[in-house]
Amino acid sequence: MGILDSKVPAGPLADKWTDYKNHIELVNPANKRNIDIIVVGTGLAGGAAAATLAELGYNVKTFCYQDSPRRAHSIAAQGGINAAKNYQGDGDSNYRLFYDTVKGGDYRSREANVYRLAEVSGNIIDQCVAQGVPFAREYGGLLDNRSFGGVLVSRTFYAKGQTGQQLLLGAYSAMNRQINRGKIQSHNRHEMMDLVKIDGKARGIIARNLVTGEIERHSAHAVVLATGGYGNVFFLSTNAMGSNVMAAWRAHRRGAFMANPCFTQIHPTCIPVSGDHQSKLTLMSESLRNDGRIWVPARLEDAQAIREGKLKPTQLAEAERDYYLERRYPAFGNLVPRDVASRAAKERCDAGFGVNKTGEAVYLDFAAAIERYGNEKALTSGIKNADKNTVTKLGKDIVEAKYGNLFQMYEKIVDENPYETPMMIYPAVHYTMGGLWVDYNLQTTVEGCYAAGEANFSDHGANRLGASALMQGLADGYFVLPYTIGDYLSNDIRTGEISTESPEFESAENEVKERIQKLISSKGEHSVDYYHKKLGKIMWNQCGMSRNAKDLQNAIDEISALRTDFWANVKVPGTADGLNQELEKAGRVADFLELGELFAKDALTRNESCGGHFREEYQTPEGEALRDDENFKFVSAWEYKGEPKDAVLHKEELVYENIELKTRSYK
Amino acid sequence: MKLNLKIWRQQDAKSKGKMTDYAISGVEGDMSFLEMLDVLNEQLINKGDEPVVFDHDCREGICGSCSLMINGEPHGPDRMVTTCQLHMRKFSDGDTIVIEPFRAKAFPVIKDLMVDRSSFDRIQQAGGYVSVNTSGNTQDANSIPIEKDNADDAFYAAACIGCGACVAACKNASAMLFTSAKVSQYALLPQGQVEATERVQNMVRQMDLEGFGNCTNTGACEIECPKGISLENIARLNREYYSANLKG
Repeated sequence: MGILDSKVPAGPLADKWTDYKNHIELVNPANKRNIDIIVVGTGLAGGAAAATLAELGYNVKTFCYQDSPRRAHSIAAQGGINAAKNYQGDGDSNYRLFYDTVKGGDYRSREANVYRLAEVSGNIIDQCVAQGVPFAREYGGLLDNRSFGGVLVSRTFYAKGQTGQQLLLGAYSAMNRQINRGKIQSHNRHEMMDLVKIDGKARGIIARNLVTGEIERHSAHAVVLATGGYGNVFFLSTNAMGSNVMAAWRAHRRGAFMANPCFTQIHPTCIPVSGDHQSKLTLMSESLRNDGRIWVPARLEDAQAIREGKLKPTQLAEAERDYYLERRYPAFGNLVPRDVASRAAKERCDAGFGVNKTGEAVYLDFAAAIERYGNEKALTSGIKNADKNTVTKLGKDIVEAKYGNLFQMYEKIVDENPYETPMMIYPAVHYTMGGLWVDYNLQTTVEGCYAAGEANFSDHGANRLGASALMQGLADGYFVLPYTIGDYLSNDIRTGEISTESPEFESAENEVKERIQKLISSKGEHSVDYYHKKLGKIMWNQCGMSRNAKDLQNAIDEISALRTDFWANVKVPGTADGLNQELEKAGRVADFLELGELFAKDALTRNESCGGHFREEYQTPEGEALRDDENFKFVSAWEYKGEPKDAVLHKEELVYENIELKTRSYK
Repeated sequence: MKLNLKIWRQQDAKSKGKMTDYAISGVEGDMSFLEMLDVLNEQLINKGDEPVVFDHDCREGICGSCSLMINGEPHGPDRMVTTCQLHMRKFSDGDTIVIEPFRAKAFPVIKDLMVDRSSFDRIQQAGGYVSVNTSGNTQDANSIPIEKDNADDAFYAAACIGCGACVAACKNASAMLFTSAKVSQYALLPQGQVEATERVQNMVRQMDLEGFGNCTNTGACEIECPKGISLENIARLNREYYSANLKG
């Protein structure tokens, strides 16, 4: 077992969580008033945890770098949230959601955690409806569902293309209720700079007030990190500009193991990069793959003519197009999971079939859907022998009703009308399945330090299914942490308030100040973005959608050299004693420069292909991922030992008692 | 494209600010407005100057962070977009663009183009929620059917991103559109009924305390709102408010 104890309760899978809840220690309401909990990050996981813990009676302090908890990046999730409600009666169940999630994750997640997730999923929907979250409904007044990639049932609840926004505002409203009661102190425009440990336990954080520049000490009996993922290590991603790894990385440096850092999700349907000025990438919801067909020209010369602007996609006849997902994966077609769809797009573009100026784009075409919907509508409207124009018009109206906001967004960005000409899309970094290692209680390897939501690693294995991130964030925050933290804090009822005057706080604060001083006094020649973009290029080219040993070794060397250069030559204007956005970025990029190297090292040691991690050396003759369950059926958890190259690997063997490991096939 | 920028620079909340001129070249139509400012900032940093501070985060029009007054309009000349989604193809070579922060007594400037919108949070804290515990021990989500039109209208109201464009556009710096969006969301749903009286009274009281102005039905807020929040919500808030006061 090594030093990693997953603390998964004994007993049958379906009873574990109930048994666990029946046997944990509780804290009485009077004692909860004497216990403080810090929650860093106010997205779905952090916001939900803060609200529920405060409601239970604990004193909660929240921290977010944004100006309001409502702006956390959970807000940008578009498509939906899964729950095994089986409202559609299409055969869904907790077990099926559990099974789909483990299979979708390519058998690299922990069974017990995923089952618990499936088990509480239905409650999330009940909870959110009670809070007034306006989910989409049918004319009968009941909740509507849609379908997402990698599954064969309709279990996704949604609120147009703004599901994340509505769920986050629900959590934010629950937080507001507790702020109003004085049970949550909300520290906005604050960034966690370090984790403070006393006698081996997490007992507080050092935070920087981003407006005044003040360095503050905050103590608590437990610390929850719900700080999201680290996709911005790639510079270009669908993450918010401020999304960063600092809180998780600072905890890692204090002893929290980092698990599976190389498991990154590259989302297949994003708007392609248009130029060097690009600051971020925009996602087009996976729901578009319900109706859009993905293709590239079948002939190289046609692809070239399109790139040169001599040919238009609409001029190509059916036979001249290659609907490569439908060709390769007839069973799931355009709705294969994200990792499979992304790799297939890259394969076609690498082979020279890309369709935009840079050669890195494929088509997502709605012409067939418009025609199909148009014909249906013509029939149901009693129009016989409708001409082509009428059918197209009717079809467009239906597509607009379903995806109008996404089409409008595309048109604003690309300046092309997606009703007339196929959309161009390309994969982009979207989500990180890896994160801080946690046990069944969501506790990291630092006692009293918990990680929730995207910041932990536990539920999605090597690939996350669509509409599962929102489910996991809210499950962790509303329904899991409140129990597991209570069990831990039952030992702390006599501890009393934690003083911030201890030597541990003193030295952590000094280290933070020294680091800031070093950054601000380094009057080098290059901006922070210069380094961030360089790091992003290394990551994308050598640790991106497909990886090989040679590139990964190169990446390790290059990132290490870039980090040295950064500390010697970065230029941070202004001062540290006030608002300074360049200084904020500098601290975040400094941590990405360490994480990036560990990421490459993790990818290099995992000699198999699974989920989002595709090693060119390990593939089937047809180019599909070749997993190695005999040697790699484990979670890689890295212990910090100074430089990333010195990090020590610990393995948590994954045990599958309820699912038979199979080759993942969507053919 | 070459552009002349006139940008509000202000060191901090206490300092006096002023408009400063910048020339920028090499701007492409495919750039977003904020990417154009990134290019300017990169130039300023390379010269050793302090970059222009502005709020931004998701850059896909949903977080509500970005908040620029561009040529006198919140989020600039395009409709139904936030500043981060505004593209430079809406401008022409040689244009002069005036960039200011959202201005209101209740939105004090923090630095340059960044303002403090915590007054919005306090309005929400005064009553923008349903008092239900997050234990999950609620009834089944489908036990109360909700008429689709009401559910849809509640959604359209709830789509507010809290950017503050409505306040910046209003000659009275009123927060009525913002406040009414939240009041409407709950007023349209059965879950919001129980606390309806207190909610609207508390939220309106907080809105006044923060120093936002009154609504005189000018309608600029609706036109400038990047999410198309309708004036109907203000009518609904007034109805809710009067009936709450009649109930006492």
